[in-house]
Amino acid sequence: MEDKILLAHGSGGKLMHDLIESFMPELANPILEKLDDSAVFDVSGRLAFTTDSYTVNPIFFPGGDIGRLAVCGTVNDLAMSGAKPLYLSLAFIIEEGLAVADLKKIVGSIAEAAGEAGVKIVTGDTKVVNRGSADKIFINTAGVGIVPEGVNISAAKARPGDKVIISGNIGDHGIAVLSKREGLKFHTPVPSDCAPLNGLVADILAASKDIHSLRDPTRGGLAVTLNDFARQSKAGIRIDEDTIPMNKAVMAACELLGLDPLHIANEGKLAAAVPVENAERVLAAMKRNKYGRDAAIIGEVVKEHPGQVVMKTSLGASRIIDMPVGELLPRIC
Amino acid sequence: MKYVNEYRDPELGKKLLERIRRNSRKHIRLMEFCGGHTVAIFKHGLRQLLPSNIEMLSGPGCPVCVTASMDLDRAIAMAKLPDVIITSFGDMVRVPGSRSSLQKAKAEGADVRIVYSAQDALKMAKENPDKAIIFIGIGFETTAPTIAASILQAEQEEIKNYFVLSLHKTCPPIMKAILDLGEVKLDGIICPGHVSAVIGSRPYQFLADDYQIACAVSGFEPVDILLAVDSLVEQIESGQPKVEITYRRGVKEGGNPAALKLMDAVFEVGSADWRGIGVVPESGLQIRKRYEGFDAAKRFDIKVSTAKEPKGCICGAVLRGVSTPLECKLFRRLCTPENPIGPCMVSSEGSCATYYQYGEGSGR
Repeated sequence: MEDKILLAHGSGGKLMHDLIESFMPELANPILEKLDDSAVFDVSGRLAFTTDSYTVNPIFFPGGDIGRLAVCGTVNDLAMSGAKPLYLSLAFIIEEGLAVADLKKIVGSIAEAAGEAGVKIVTGDTKVVNRGSADKIFINTAGVGIVPEGVNISAAKARPGDKVIISGNIGDHGIAVLSKREGLKFHTPVPSDCAPLNGLVADILAASKDIHSLRDPTRGGLAVTLNDFARQSKAGIRIDEDTIPMNKAVMAACELLGLDPLHIANEGKLAAAVPVENAERVLAAMKRNKYGRDAAIIGEVVKEHPGQVVMKTSLGASRIIDMPVGELLPRIC
Repeated sequence: MKYVNEYRDPELGKKLLERIRRNSRKHIRLMEFCGGHTVAIFKHGLRQLLPSNIEMLSGPGCPVCVTASMDLDRAIAMAKLPDVIITSFGDMVRVPGSRSSLQKAKAEGADVRIVYSAQDALKMAKENPDKAIIFIGIGFETTAPTIAASILQAEQEEIKNYFVLSLHKTCPPIMKAILDLGEVKLDGIICPGHVSAVIGSRPYQFLADDYQIACAVSGFEPVDILLAVDSLVEQIESGQPKVEITYRRGVKEGGNPAALKLMDAVFEVGSADWRGIGVVPESGLQIRKRYEGFDAAKRFDIKVSTAKEPKGCICGAVLRGVSTPLECKLFRRLCTPENPIGPCMVSSEGSCATYYQYGEGSGR
């Protein structure tokens, strides 16, 4: 077999067939193995359906790679509506010249993450484009899941009095990717937190079905998620800087680069607005899950300043947390 | 990196605030020179916590903001030359010049790329031997040494297609220029932390000696800034201005001799054009004759017509500390980080962007 992906690998002929065959065993399941034009399966209940495309530079980073990201991202989007994720589609757009070994590694990560999340890849597609038309590899995944009876979660449902909970340290993914991309070396390397959160959500729902809002703070970080809650729910959110869990290395990296950790992406965290009477029970359930070990209550939903997030700083001042504007760029000097 | 926590210690911060409140009697006006300090002050809500007799003004210490329109126009014109790749720090690409921006030039087909350091640009030069790579060198004494190093490396490795458009500026001369303009009366200056790590604290001595202005070189954590304010209050109340380093973990009196040596090898002092202030003698760094082969200003002789400032934009007055962004008619109405009209709204460390991001004066 060739050691680089060629345009011919995407042409639908023998090479493509061999390529797909080579990674089939890792992803195998009865639905996928039929290799029909569409996957056919039974579902019953309220269906959750989502899609996302993944591009990341570098494609391999501490704590994960684009394959793991493509599975976890879509699984998490399903989980944030309270759904139990079931089936994923998987589509590659590959730049000519990608090492076949890299593709295999990515497929391995996809299989591993799907296994961990308990989802099946049931349909897929592979395209190869000319060098320069894509950056190494782009992945799209779409997913379906079933929302259990009695679960009704939305960013518009946060209510004054709700406690705001974050499932763990913020900013790990963004700093991991940035430091790898820019060749920044820190004493303590920060691995990405990229992880499937459907297990954590199941534990939360087992503790209480009455969860108002759930969202994973990916691009734009916790600042965007909390602003989404506040704006969509037409309520205010107040958080306390001292309670926000953060890895010291991330804090140090943010200081060095002049970045705000609240603006930095996460790929294995969720933020929740939970009625006050259920908050401690939900927090305890989260702490028992390995992806919620560092969970903490960081604030509450309030009637005042609807649509705005206000943070009490360590020194006792308060400041507005707005969405980040534009790209995050390290300071110049 | 063990420092960050103690310099965020709320107890220490509260103690310092108490001491500042106790010691500060006069109405005083302090300028934080550096945009990084402005961001830190807003981010930690320090303005709300300081007593009301201490007025804080933001200074011109944002490298993107102070780049003159005419210099930007030149960079944009260079971007339109054939077989040229323009490289610069991210924010620079979005700053509007007189008629266009590097971002617009890029959309129209120019090859403009964002880099994180001059080293990245040098690498690009090696990888693209048939193109001229022009690095738009902005920044103060902080970025200048690494850019000097890239020029020395280019010479050593005989890289002939790497050029720097040096728009570097130096801090002490612009402080002097702002004071000499006489528009704003200051009692103390929070001197830049990273710049001083390179140049040391001695270059500010004239401020205390000749202008009776208290100086404190500060770091960027909340406790750092409070330490600096505390020192300034003490100097002002006792009537004994001096230059104190309250950022000992980063700054020595003599600065960083290795960085200074690099800078001196490649650059010489020259005049610089500051947005909103104009041409200030001896406030810039130009490439020495010995390295003129790498000087984009010499290699690409570009004439641009007189620059136009955007109508209604008061970035110049904001940079001089004369006005705050809230006094600008465009601020938050027409000029936003998504659609910036002036440079101070583009850079994340610009005063306008900071006021906007932290909701200052929005009634929120």
